[in-house]
Amino acid sequence: MDLKPETFARIEEVITHYPTKRSAVLPLLHLIQEDAGYISDSAMEWVAQKLELQPINVYEVVTFYPMFRRKPIGRRHIKVCRTLSCALMGGYRTCEEFKKEFNTGLNQISPDGEVTIEFVECLASCGTAPVVMVDDVLHEKVDCAKAREIAAQIKRKAEGQKG
Amino acid sequence: MPAPEQRRIIFKHIDEPGYTPDIDCYVRNGGYEVLKKSVQRKPEEIVDEVKKSGLRGRGGAGFPCGVKWSLLDRKSGKPIYLVVNADESEPGTFKDRYIIHQDPHQLIEGIMITCFANNVKQAYIYIRGEFPEGARILERAIAEARARNFAGPNILGTGYSCEIYVHRGAGAYICGEETGLIESLEGKRPYPRIKPPYFPAVLGLYMCPTIVNNVETLCHVKYIADVGGQAFSQIGTPNNTGTRIFCVSGHVKRPGYYEFETGKITLGQLLNEVCGGPLPGRKFKAVIPGGSSAKVLKFGERFKGKRKAGAEMVDYDWALEDVPMDFDSLAMIGSMGGSGGVIVMDDSVNMVDALANINAFYAHESCGQCTPCREGSLWMKKISNRMVHGDARTEDGALLKSVADQIAGRTICAFGEACSWPTQSFIQKFGDEFKAYPDAKKQPKRDGTLELV
Ligand SMILES: Cc1cc2nc3c(=O)[nH]c(=O)nc-3n(C[C@H](O)[C@H](O)[C@H](O)COP(=O)(O)O)c2cc1C
Ligand code: SF4
Ligand code: FES
Repeated sequence: MDLKPETFARIEEVITHYPTKRSAVLPLLHLIQEDAGYISDSAMEWVAQKLELQPINVYEVVTFYPMFRRKPIGRRHIKVCRTLSCALMGGYRTCEEFKKEFNTGLNQISPDGEVTIEFVECLASCGTAPVVMVDDVLHEKVDCAKAREIAAQIKRKAEGQKG
Repeated sequence: MPAPEQRRIIFKHIDEPGYTPDIDCYVRNGGYEVLKKSVQRKPEEIVDEVKKSGLRGRGGAGFPCGVKWSLLDRKSGKPIYLVVNADESEPGTFKDRYIIHQDPHQLIEGIMITCFANNVKQAYIYIRGEFPEGARILERAIAEARARNFAGPNILGTGYSCEIYVHRGAGAYICGEETGLIESLEGKRPYPRIKPPYFPAVLGLYMCPTIVNNVETLCHVKYIADVGGQAFSQIGTPNNTGTRIFCVSGHVKRPGYYEFETGKITLGQLLNEVCGGPLPGRKFKAVIPGGSSAKVLKFGERFKGKRKAGAEMVDYDWALEDVPMDFDSLAMIGSMGGSGGVIVMDDSVNMVDALANINAFYAHESCGQCTPCREGSLWMKKISNRMVHGDARTEDGALLKSVADQIAGRTICAFGEACSWPTQSFIQKFGDEFKAYPDAKKQPKRDGTLELV
């Protein structure tokens, strides 16, 4: 497994949190995904071996939980809430705006490689709907204008990194 | 009648300028004094205080917290676990988020008092995957509490030891269901377990006796350990004690979180005064009072019957606006207080569109173990989605209802009810709108009509 040394250290530490190794499946998958960007088949096998499980035990977890992914995504992950309170305040429009800004559809890498846009279910911030998460950061009251601002920021950062 | 003042107990410091989530700020504000006091008492005394307080769980079901604790199998010789439900996944609910992000030590103190009272040596906070910052804040808070000997080995020199770890979910709603949560914590798919025999109090995490409590519930426990069960029971109304945090979202002028004594505020006061009423030019049409699984209520409905007031039975005749926001009153009128998530819809909303949105949620989140739930939630989504995006038929409402009617009561967990109640109640109360939908679709769309699914 090709991971940062600190990821390996955190893996060893987190296993000690539980009386059974199997409980560490989700934490390990989170750590690997944060480090590698996604969970490859070999990563699943590695986790199984590490926790003394069958590969199927890891595979069934990865395929159930929406947050785990088996393929790389764009550099930034845009998650737009789809559920009722956000929809009532224009969440679907917000999502359209992001798709337009990055010239892409849902659940794919945008042509510039910059983002993957996803619809997700209630993010528990319904009072400031519509809400959007960009990677780990929550953005509130994201109407179309604010969506364009966020998109512009992402693009500026991308330009900066190239130049 | 004007609305009462908010009574902020749990949200006392939320949004307070200068209040920070670190332990110094918490201690400056009197933090961990209740824990210090509590570890000098007998654990049973604290359990008794919680029983006396009448505290009901804030996660959804409203089960009395003290009763839950007394069901723990204390004789098995196995370790007892506390699992804190920080999954906050019921649509419309957003209260635990603010406790976790802004006042994490309040929760940690509540956890430690609960653990001490129930002889728990290991607690896990199960936090939803979409709160990455919340997880980091909690981990930092636990480390701070440990460094000051409020958690970890030999707490405050008492010889009592207890660890807390944070465990992150990964985006599945069903992890909020307590036995699904336990399976998830064991590293598996979050398939809920069947009760009996798998009551967490007896056969919970690692088949050991386990308490599962909501974040807000445990903050109330801290307050109860401070003021006493008797004093707490005087807040709110009988059988609906303490305060409730209402999370209001959707079509009101001032959405947000508001903490009131339970049962002291009516739905009308909450929405019209506290939240500023409907948006300009709009009228309220419908409200879901306790998270998206609660049955919808219709403005213009009246509710009549007899209810208990103290020892007596009295008649009530309420407009929807008159209904007190407590567990029992909302149950009496056929819905529930649930998680405190109040979702408001105004007259711009077509109820078929709204239901289609909700049905898409449940179809996405069914764990798939039980055929009625897996297939039923999917068909309800397909039918309502077809109504919106394809052909709609006048008989679709009846068809939807027939699917919903075959789910509830035939499943392993309460998700079965949660996914059928929206459809059943929408059709019951807005049936005409479902019948008229094929015609309504032929009309040109008003400008500004929002897509909901
Ligand atoms: C489908 C489903 C989802 C649930 N989601 C949550 C949740 O996100 N948070 C929560 O605290 N309780 C949730 N519950 C309720 C829990 O099963 C459990 O009753 C609760 O955590 C107990 O804590 P309390 O007694 O303190 O309320 C859910 C229940 C069901 C059936
Ligand atoms: S009722 Fe639905 S969510 Fe609950 S166990 Fe059955 S299939 Fe899973
Ligand atoms: S519905 Fe979007 S955050 Fe709850």
